[in-house]
Amino acid sequence: MAELPVTLGMANNALLLEYLPVLVFGGIGLLIGVVFMLANWVFAPSSPDPEKMSAYECGFNAFDDARMKFDVRFYLVSILFIIFDLEVAFLFPWSIVLKDLGAFGYISMMVFLGVLTIGFIYEWKKGALEWE
Amino acid sequence: MLQIAAFYILAAVALISAIMVVSAKNPVHSVMFLITIFVTTSGLFVLAGAEYLAMLLIVVYVGAVAVLFLFVVMMLDIDFVELKQGFMRYAPFGALVALVLFAMFVLVASAVVEAKVDPHVLASPTPALDVANNTQAIGRILYTDYILFFQLAGMVLFVAMIGAIVLTLRHKPYVKRQNVGKQVARTRKTGVENTKPKIGEGVSL
Repeated sequence: MAELPVTLGMANNALLLEYLPVLVFGGIGLLIGVVFMLANWVFAPSSPDPEKMSAYECGFNAFDDARMKFDVRFYLVSILFIIFDLEVAFLFPWSIVLKDLGAFGYISMMVFLGVLTIGFIYEWKKGALEWE
Repeated sequence: MLQIAAFYILAAVALISAIMVVSAKNPVHSVMFLITIFVTTSGLFVLAGAEYLAMLLIVVYVGAVAVLFLFVVMMLDIDFVELKQGFMRYAPFGALVALVLFAMFVLVASAVVEAKVDPHVLASPTPALDVANNTQAIGRILYTDYILFFQLAGMVLFVAMIGAIVLTLRHKPYVKRQNVGKQVARTRKTGVENTKPKIGEGVSL
């Protein structure tokens, strides 16, 4: 088979074999999920009736769509999470090669963390982490 | 052989999901297909030996960005009928954007083919995988050689943090918060007051 037109090239087999457990994990997860769904479908007694889905006794039908606008605060929490998520993502390669980097790489990361800590103090003092 | 098969399967799933993202009727389904794209693309990164990028795609994009997209989808007041109406109006504009993007890809690809290797890439060649894996290779140059870009990334995150707070944080005035320090510091002197009101006048609080 012809080589792929990818300049990076393919990883060697040894590296990909390390990901075999991940594949097995995903496969077992998928299997368990499907088995539970199928078992429900096969073994559970089923006698559908439109009355079962209707509002019960003095209950009422839905007034509105369940998909309503909700508070922008959830969005704020999510954005703040992404920012700290990225901060942690930057820490991973740094922690692996910290011994080779020396003092310069260490201080570089400390400045980076310092800048984000200023932001963290700002959001703490502003009360962005508190719920109403 | 197996790798090539895996590449084509992952790439095909990613492309089909990409088509589904724009053609799905329900925006929530679009986001789900977007997550499929992220996962398959992370598989492609692993195939190319870029483990760190694969992890990043899962942690940041699936874990956070997809959630953010879901929030946006939920927060917009979506009217499906109205959503479909604008399709023909926006189609030419979308096609134009797609064309420009495609032209950019072609330009980059032709430049790579013509020059073989970019001199900037030669200055810091990617080490072989058995010398240093992808994460180590990134770590060795990101914090020292590319310190400017690294610190700029920190600044961008900082600005994003401040901007998000400034834009969305609104304290409701009628909400009363508990102030533990104030409660603890309260003494009998500040809490209790002894007055002797005259008859018929009452006390002003």
